[in-house]
Amino acid sequence: MFSRAYRTAITLPPLIWVTVFLLVPYTLLLCYSFWSVSPSQTIIHSWTLDNYRELLRVNVYLQTLFRSMWIAARVTIFSLLLGYPLAYYLSFYAGARKDLFYQLVIIPLWVSYLVRAYAWKTILGSDGVLNTLLQYVHLTKHPLEFLLYSPFAVVLTLTHIYTPFAVLPIYAALEHIPRNLVEASHDLGASPLQTFWRVIFPLSIPGVLAGATFAFVLSLGDFLAPLLLGGPSGIMISNIVVSLFGAAYNWPLGAAISLCMLLLVVTLLFLSEKLEKKRSFR
Amino acid sequence: MCSPGLRRDWDERSPPQLHLLNMATTTEPVVRSEKSGLQPLLAIRNVAKSFGKNPVLRDISLQIAEGEFLTILGESGSGKTTLLRIIAGFESADSGEMLMEGKRLDVLPPYRRPVNTVFQHYALFPHLTVEENVGYGLRVARLPRNEIAARVAEALAMVKMTAFARSKPGKISGGQQQRIALARALVNQPRLLLLDEPLSALDANLRRQMQVELKSLQREVGISFVFVTHDQEEAMVMSDRIALLRMGELEQVASPREIYSHPATAYTAQFIGHTNLLRGEIKSGVARCKSLSWRVGLPEGPALFSLRPENIRIVNPAADSDANVVTLQAKIQHQAFHGATELLQVVCADGLALSVRTATRESRQGDVQLEFFPADAVPVRESPEKG
Repeated sequence: MFSRAYRTAITLPPLIWVTVFLLVPYTLLLCYSFWSVSPSQTIIHSWTLDNYRELLRVNVYLQTLFRSMWIAARVTIFSLLLGYPLAYYLSFYAGARKDLFYQLVIIPLWVSYLVRAYAWKTILGSDGVLNTLLQYVHLTKHPLEFLLYSPFAVVLTLTHIYTPFAVLPIYAALEHIPRNLVEASHDLGASPLQTFWRVIFPLSIPGVLAGATFAFVLSLGDFLAPLLLGGPSGIMISNIVVSLFGAAYNWPLGAAISLCMLLLVVTLLFLSEKLEKKRSFR
Repeated sequence: MCSPGLRRDWDERSPPQLHLLNMATTTEPVVRSEKSGLQPLLAIRNVAKSFGKNPVLRDISLQIAEGEFLTILGESGSGKTTLLRIIAGFESADSGEMLMEGKRLDVLPPYRRPVNTVFQHYALFPHLTVEENVGYGLRVARLPRNEIAARVAEALAMVKMTAFARSKPGKISGGQQQRIALARALVNQPRLLLLDEPLSALDANLRRQMQVELKSLQREVGISFVFVTHDQEEAMVMSDRIALLRMGELEQVASPREIYSHPATAYTAQFIGHTNLLRGEIKSGVARCKSLSWRVGLPEGPALFSLRPENIRIVNPAADSDANVVTLQAKIQHQAFHGATELLQVVCADGLALSVRTATRESRQGDVQLEFFPADAVPVRESPEKG
């Protein structure tokens, strides 16, 4: 139907894009993860499994990975707990103000990540807004130290940053529920609460899964929030990767950890996609 | 899908269903006249509703009797669906009230009303199986598990969908979804079943078949049906009474035969069936319309008559005509073949144009002599344009 030249012309740009930005970097990453680094800080281009052995042998890597997953899991739970009611309100009760509220959810996404992370630093620090207020009203005598430089600060900040990512797919799923199903449920004698649990929530699960995946995957790979607000106890796996590729100069080990995370994330995306498909009805 | 033959066979075989569904003991509907002293099942009193500045229903008063099949008929935008939604509780009236067996219905939320609805697009829950859809109302009412199972099985048998119990609604046809929607509503034994154009999505043949089935199902279960449609033929076939709605007001409420043979207004006469409207003048007991005249017992003044095309007959000019009939000469302009009958467009010498329905014959041309009985020219009220 189309000429050969035309077909080549339209497939070439995406092909180049995929090659340059995905294929080459990931191949390099894969190669690096099987190379090693000499004591004189040069890369030895011979194949070895040492990096993966190191990863399993040294506790700090796996510990940090599990801590990151635990932080990401908490962020996911809090994002859903905050995001679902917000999305539900938006979809079912906002009425004429729907667009306004929708924009209010979107706008923070336009604000620089750094600004939002620093804002929390200002709020949570020992001379921060929150501590000053607590002391001013005599609820505390001394600044609360656990507020900043802790997993708590990281979870709080990441929840703030990634909640919109949970809200949007849930909102989309709720918007797709035909309203006559809600009416049919009421008509058949179900109270609003029964209708929510028997009709609305089950039909919104694909959105919840998508939102949870967003929140979990994005916060698992986050390194700025733990860097700025995490302190030593709030370090996440990405911080280790950053330092391995930077100051520590151990690209091979960094590559091995990155690949493990990549595998983890891809598996998660795959599972969530499968679950979503299973739970969608249209 | 079941044929009328299968239908009969099922009627004989399954009387236990009647018992379990708690159906009325008589198969004939107990239609009570609006004027009788008996309490109606549902009384709608002076209900009005506007959307913004747009009045949708104005001062609707209507009664529905126990076991009655009432059709709310109207064009799109006449307010018929809004009226149904007010009865179901999805909309609230701006004024007026509704009483069910003497108790206020309009103050209850939809989930407390002993009313169930068959939605236009069925509104089956996509995440539940056919069985779970039908059992939904019983489950939220927290009935015992075995009772739910028994009633669901019976309702599915009633609509001949037992084989599909475990299918998801997305996997069955429109006609089958229709049956499930019906079973899902009836299994709750509502006092009143509301049907919002439930047949509009079906093709013509299936539709006619479902009309017959629905009507006999309604007779069996003895539940009052309020059926909304824009299809006057459907309304005529199924209803005990038709409530014709026009621009938010009830134009006429009567049995199909009554509304057809004695339309109260010009609009009713034209909307239900096909008619000729004759505009004339009554003077000293004689109605005159162009060159036609006949004796009437009506007060003086301008008058409007509805004359059905089938009430005008073609007669042999040579034959002696009855003194009681009105005769006229006309010229055939157009002949439309409709199968068993044909519709002729004729024009009289004085310019009066009429439609005449006759049994199908060879093609006709030229002048004909026509006659009709004065009693068939039914006086109707004008239907003024409303804004």
